[in-house]
Order: sequence, then structure tokens, then C-alpha cells
Amino acid sequence: MTTDNLTSNDILKTAESLRWQIGREFHDRLMEDIYTDAARLADRAVTRPDEKPRFDLDRAIDRIVTSRTWGFPMMILLFTLVFWLTITGANYPSQFLASILIDTMVPILHNLANAIGLPWWISGLLIDGMYLATAWVVSVMLPPMAIFFPLFTLLEDFGYLPRVAFNLDNIFHKSGAHGKQALSMMMGFGCNAAGVVATRVIDSPRERLIAIITNNFALCNGRWPTQILIATVFIGGLVPAYLAGIISALAVVGIAVLGVLLSFVVSWSLSRTVLRGEVSTFSLELPPYRPPQVLRTIYTSLIDRTIYVLWRAVMFALPAGAAIWLIANITIGGTSLAEYLINFLNPLGILIGLNGVILLAYVVAIPANEIVIPTVLMLTVLMTGVNGGAGAGVMFNAQSTSDYMSLFTAGGWTLLTAVNLMLFSLIHNPCSTTIYTIYKETGSKKWTAVAALLPLAMGFIITFFVAQIWRLFAG
Amino acid sequence: MNDKKNLQSPISNPASPAAAAAGCATCPAHNAGNLLKLGVDMTDWDYVIALAGNPNTGKSTVFNALTGLRQHTGNWPGKTVTRAEGGYSYGDQRYKIVDLPGTYSLLSTSLDEEVARDFILFGQPDVTIIVVDATRLERNLNLALQVLEITDRAVICLNLIDEARRHGITVDDRRLARDLGVPVVPTAARQGEGLDALLQAVSEVATGQTICKPHRVKTESPAIQSALQTLTAQIQQAFPEVPNARWVALRLLDGDQRIADAIRSGELGDLKRQEPEAKQDLVIHLEPA
Repeated sequence: MTTDNLTSNDILKTAESLRWQIGREFHDRLMEDIYTDAARLADRAVTRPDEKPRFDLDRAIDRIVTSRTWGFPMMILLFTLVFWLTITGANYPSQFLASILIDTMVPILHNLANAIGLPWWISGLLIDGMYLATAWVVSVMLPPMAIFFPLFTLLEDFGYLPRVAFNLDNIFHKSGAHGKQALSMMMGFGCNAAGVVATRVIDSPRERLIAIITNNFALCNGRWPTQILIATVFIGGLVPAYLAGIISALAVVGIAVLGVLLSFVVSWSLSRTVLRGEVSTFSLELPPYRPPQVLRTIYTSLIDRTIYVLWRAVMFALPAGAAIWLIANITIGGTSLAEYLINFLNPLGILIGLNGVILLAYVVAIPANEIVIPTVLMLTVLMTGVNGGAGAGVMFNAQSTSDYMSLFTAGGWTLLTAVNLMLFSLIHNPCSTTIYTIYKETGSKKWTAVAALLPLAMGFIITFFVAQIWRLFAG
Repeated sequence: MNDKKNLQSPISNPASPAAAAAGCATCPAHNAGNLLKLGVDMTDWDYVIALAGNPNTGKSTVFNALTGLRQHTGNWPGKTVTRAEGGYSYGDQRYKIVDLPGTYSLLSTSLDEEVARDFILFGQPDVTIIVVDATRLERNLNLALQVLEITDRAVICLNLIDEARRHGITVDDRRLARDLGVPVVPTAARQGEGLDALLQAVSEVATGQTICKPHRVKTESPAIQSALQTLTAQIQQAFPEVPNARWVALRLLDGDQRIADAIRSGELGDLKRQEPEAKQDLVIHLEPA
């Protein structure tokens, strides 16, 4: 071992002294040699057609989608289209699923439980808790995701996402962040944990930290359904039916754009304060447009994303459903545990334009944002006493937009509650998987805490101010 | 399911599967029927194959076509930042294949480049498939040349040949193979074209039927040449089993800290070891199943 180490040190010493002799341009020299060789070899092997400046479709498309004037409007337009298709397309299948999974199945299951003589608390826990939470997750989430993810993946395969990154690069640069942050943000629109891992393409630790901390502002899989449902029920409900789809789509796009803006603002503030430093440059390659393989893309995005996210939601909905049913049915002095908790959180909730139910739902949903909506619905039913005929904590069988609306209204919701819920869904702590990933990637408890608590604090502050201003003007 | 279906290329199979099978039964390049996609089953492999290349050249598409896995592929650079692993069996041999992050070079210090570089160096794959984009050959060769500095067991997969054809570009793959000193196989992985020939070339390099004499970058400066010689000799003496002493010397002269550490700790000495670790990274965004 010792002799080995001696030789190793000898080698390193030789290398060090040789480095002094050959000077500092070695690296550039080496790169130059490689590039010269590559150019020569490529030149020998490649024959190009007589290059006339002919019409190049890729360039023509790029000229529009990355243009200074049209780049951003095109982006908004495309994403609005995607959400409009999602919202309009998901409506009917959602009702259909709810009518089968909830209206038809729940009585059947209850009859079955009675027939075999299950005690009320077991059938309650299993059917009214776990089964209903799961059924709700499936009927609320499956249809929009089955439409949204394939569409988004098609855009990605076509080659549009790097153009979005290209459009955003300049702003990221001005915010003191790395342009590649646009790419990790795009990944974050699918899943923040994946987005955090994707920041590995950024070589500067400073810029990588910024990208990790701000990745949460990219609206993820688990939060799209919340946005889509609330926008459909409340924002879509404000306008005549024929405009409802497009207006709710615009609202969702608005929230997503706000997320992008916030990640600029936060990147900018971080790079001006605790994470000061130089901005690195890099070259972003715009890949050629490729006609997507439509069927294959639909298949893989259904398997990879839709089923994956749904599965995750179901896995978290089962215990959450049980927990909600339990806190709704365990009473202390005639008041259920859930009511205690909600009443405890209510003052804070009201202060920021939300309510105790929503805050409790966000506590329950720390492991997965996917179950916010089912939890909110379940708890609202509990608190208002509106129900589908069964005991406390049983979820209401809502089927259409107006059913949701009457439930929310009964729970004391206003337009402000809806707007602030959409805001809070965008701006709060990342889910526990993402937090764990951040810890693994940064290896630092401090930065993990910053990444988790900064958005939460911002969420409270922003919803608070929105609520105050709203109440000031709306009376 | 059916193993043969996906991998028969349009070119090798002009008329009907039956006619092609009859005509080409003796030709090893058309034994794609021997391919068995093993998915994530990677037990008892005989050879380890690494997939390297620039971003967005279709590495993941090649990976999926060979393993039957459906790792998501996307039309944008930087899709794969960790390694994905899968298996296939061809002929009588079982292969483990590792999809590395796409990088433009192996000389800088970002994490994705390090993952790729470390695996080619320390993972010691039996064959490295370098996927290059036929429509952007020059830029892609920069990376290929760097990989060929590290390993001499490589196959160039000249991918996206269909796109090149569409743009009227022809690439003389034989000349390229002669110049680079390693097999070059034109493919259109999305269509499955040329994958059978690729499998054959890989197996020939793996089993030693094809001996590669890879092109090495020559430098003009005499000072660098002599420095390189001195250092290479020393490294060869200290670590006789290291196959690429010249490359290690290059990295040391470039002041690569990671390589210096590897020398200091003796990690460079036991390069025979293959460690399939770092798998926990995969869970997050690869196969959800």
C-alpha cells in the first residue's frame, strides 16, 4: 500500500510540474485538436446536397415560435388550447366515472357489508373512508390527466419545449439564474421531484441551488387537477356556458404563468442576496422538429405519467380516506376530532381568504398534493352536513359542476376562497417526496428547509394580501 | 410478446418476412430473431454495454428498442440525467445495457458529464455504443473522439440516418469506420432500421471477433507530446492493468481533480471492479412500474 501511494504521489508531482511547463493553454489546445480532428473526419465522410438556401420548415417554424414578438403569445395560445381541450374533454367522463364508482357502487358495497354483518365502524372505515376517497380520486383525476398528459407529451416530442426554454432563457439570465433552469422547470411541470433531479445539468452549484429552490413554482402533476376543478367550478361558472371552457382554461394558464413569474422573482432575489455570483453561459441546442409518434406517445404517457400519478394518488388516498373517516367519527365530548382541528385552523384560514377545511386538507396532503381535492370535499361534507345519505365524513356524490358548486357554497366558499385556493395550491411547500429529493440532491438540511418553507411563507403572505385587498373592494 | 416483429428493419426485409428469412438465414447480421428483450431483468449478464452520445441523438430510443423497456424518450436535450439500466440477450449471450446521460463533452465538471465519464472509465463496459446524429456529424464526433480516448472497445451507432437522407445528406459509413478504427453502423432507431446490424457489431466487439484500433487525437505541440509520453510511461508503470494510461495522463495534465483523487486513493488500480450502484437515483423519474 505504501509503495503504491508513493508512486501515486510521484505521478501527481510529475503531472504538476509538467503542467507548469506546458502552460495554461493546454485545455484549449486539447479542445482545438479534438475539434480539428472531428471537423476533418466529418468532412471526409459527409456529402451534402448542393446547398441552395431552400425553404427550411424547421427554420420557418422557429422564426415564429421563438420570435421576440410572437414567441410569448404563441406559448400562451398553445397552452390555453391544451387546457381547453382538457377541461372540455374531461367533463363528461368524470361524471360517468362518478356515477359508476360512487352512485352505483357505494350502495352495493353497503348492502354487501350489511349482508355479511360487518360492524358499522368497519364498513364505515372501509367503504365510506378508504373506498370513497379512492373512487373520488379516480373520477376527479383520471379523465383530465388522461387528456392532459398525452397532449403535453406530444408537444414535448414534437420539440416545442426547448423553444419554450429558449424564449425564457433571456429572462432567467436577467434573474441571475442559469438558462438551463428553463429545462428543469419544464420537467417540474410534470413532477417537481423529477425537476429537482433534472437540475443536475446545471454545473454551477449556485445556479443549481436557485433552480432547485424555485422548481416548486412549476405547477406539478398533483396540482393540475386542483387547478382544473376549481377553475371549472368557480371561474367557468362566472361566464355564460359557451365561454366557460375557454375562460377556465385561461385561468389555469394564468396560474401557471404566475408560477413562472414567481420563479423569476425568487431567482432574482436569491441571486441578489444569499446566492450572489456570476451567471454562466451555455449553448442551448434547438433540436429539429420531429413528427411525434402519436400512438406510441399516447401509450407511454398514459403508462408513464397518467397511471403513475393516479397510482400514487390512490396509494395516498387509501390511508388518507381512513384517517379522515376516523377523525370525523371519533368524538370527544360530542364534537368530532375533525371539527376540533378545523375550528382550530379556521381563524388562520379565514384570515388568508381560505378556511380551516382547506388548511387541514393541505396538512393531510403533505405526502401527495393529489389528494387535496378529495380531502377538501370530504371535510366540507362533514362540516356542512350536506350528505349523500350516510354518516359523518361520507363524501357527497357530486357529479356535475353545479353539484360541486352547491357543496362549496354550503361550505361557505366564495369566489375569493376559490382564487386563494388556486394561489395557495401553486405557492406552498413541495410534497414530501420532493423535499426528500431536494435533501438528497443538495445534501444540506439548511437549503432543504429553505426550499420547503420559503414557498409556504410566500403562500401565506400572498393569500393574506389578496384576501385583505379583495375584502376592501368587495366589501 | 413477439420478439422478431419490432426489430426487423425495412431495408433488410424488403419483401416478406418469410422471403427475407429464407434468403438471409445464413447471414449473422440478420439474426435479429435471436434478440430477446429482457427488460429490467439483468441477472447473470455476460457483457456490459454502455450507451453514450450527445443529447437528443436517440440513445434512449436505442435503449428501449433493445431492452423492450419504455423509458420515456423526449425530443429535447438533457432528458436523461441519471443512468438507466436494462438487459437483452442476443445469440447465446446476455447483455446488460446502461443508458448514460447525453453530453457534449467529457471534459467539464457538471454532474451529468461526470456520470457518463465515470461509467465509461470506472464501470469498464465491455462495449461502448456511441450514438451520433448523422445530420450533425461534426459536432457529434467531438464527443465520439473523447470517448475513443478512454476506451478502445466501441461501436459507433450512426443514428437518425433517415433524417439525414431526408435532408439529402449522405454519410460514408465505411470511410468513417476506417478513419475512426471502430465499427460504424447506420441506424434509424425510431423505425428499428439497422438495429440488427448494430447488435451484431456489438457482439463481435464484445467477444473479441472485431478488434478496434480507435483513432487517437494527435497534438501538434512537441512540448505536450513529450509531457504526455513521460506521464503515460509513469502511469503504466504504477498501474499496469489500466488500459488507457494515455487518457489518464491527458486528464492529469488538464488538472482533473477527480482523476487525481482516483490515483491518490488507488481507485484507478482496481479498475476491474464493476459496481451496479446508484440505482436509487432511477426510481424518481424512470419506470414507474
